[in-house]
Amino acid sequence: MTPLIRIQREDFDVAAEVAALTSARSDIGAVVTFAGLCRDEGGRLAALELEHYPGMAEAEISRAADEAARRWPLHGLVAIHRHGLVKPGEQIVLVIAASAHRRAAFEAAEFLMDYLKTRAPFWKREHLRDGTTGDWVEAMDADDAAAQRWG
Amino acid sequence: MSDTAIESRTVKLVYFAWVRERVGVAEERVALPGGIATIADLVRWLKGRDEGYEAAFAVESIVRAAIDHEHVKPDASIAGASEIAFFPPMTGG
Repeated sequence: MTPLIRIQREDFDVAAEVAALTSARSDIGAVVTFAGLCRDEGGRLAALELEHYPGMAEAEISRAADEAARRWPLHGLVAIHRHGLVKPGEQIVLVIAASAHRRAAFEAAEFLMDYLKTRAPFWKREHLRDGTTGDWVEAMDADDAAAQRWG
Repeated sequence: MSDTAIESRTVKLVYFAWVRERVGVAEERVALPGGIATIADLVRWLKGRDEGYEAAFAVESIVRAAIDHEHVKPDASIAGASEIAFFPPMTGG
């Protein structure tokens, strides 16, 4: 099982990515997808700008995906993360975990998202509806706590 | 030069998000003086360069570092490093 990692500016199609993972095989019994979307923060946001560290972003997500593959019996694993400007309602990130049974798929998807939020080199900045550039989004302690429970 | 002096060498530094904005450049090559062995040593030296670096590293414990695309702690050795990155806590996902 080789994880598929993509860092891209353009949007992605969740159904197409799931189909690519599951077509032409019959050993997968569980597919968990997580899609992260851009919120408008109560109408305040015009867009989120996502800066990333090219090279390290791919490397770091690959390390996390390899770790997930060691921990759970996975048949497929996908992580796609966008960069650039993303508008409210648009997709930012996609994780798909596929396995024979649901528990491994659920846990691996959650692990990869927790890991990705705290270790993948991406930074969000707010662009506001009034046309100004807002602040860099601050990291949340809750995300660190979520990542730490995996040991 | 004494036997123990560490030879001066150049390394590529890259910065992201508000660390980049405060430093004022996205990347640079710097010639390191001798005696800089760890990330913490490097940060201390950078802070002395000008106000931008001083502001970027004002709270040293917040800024994260990576050597050649891998997260490292402040006490990590920079021997053999070709690219060293500094950035705020990550907020992707």
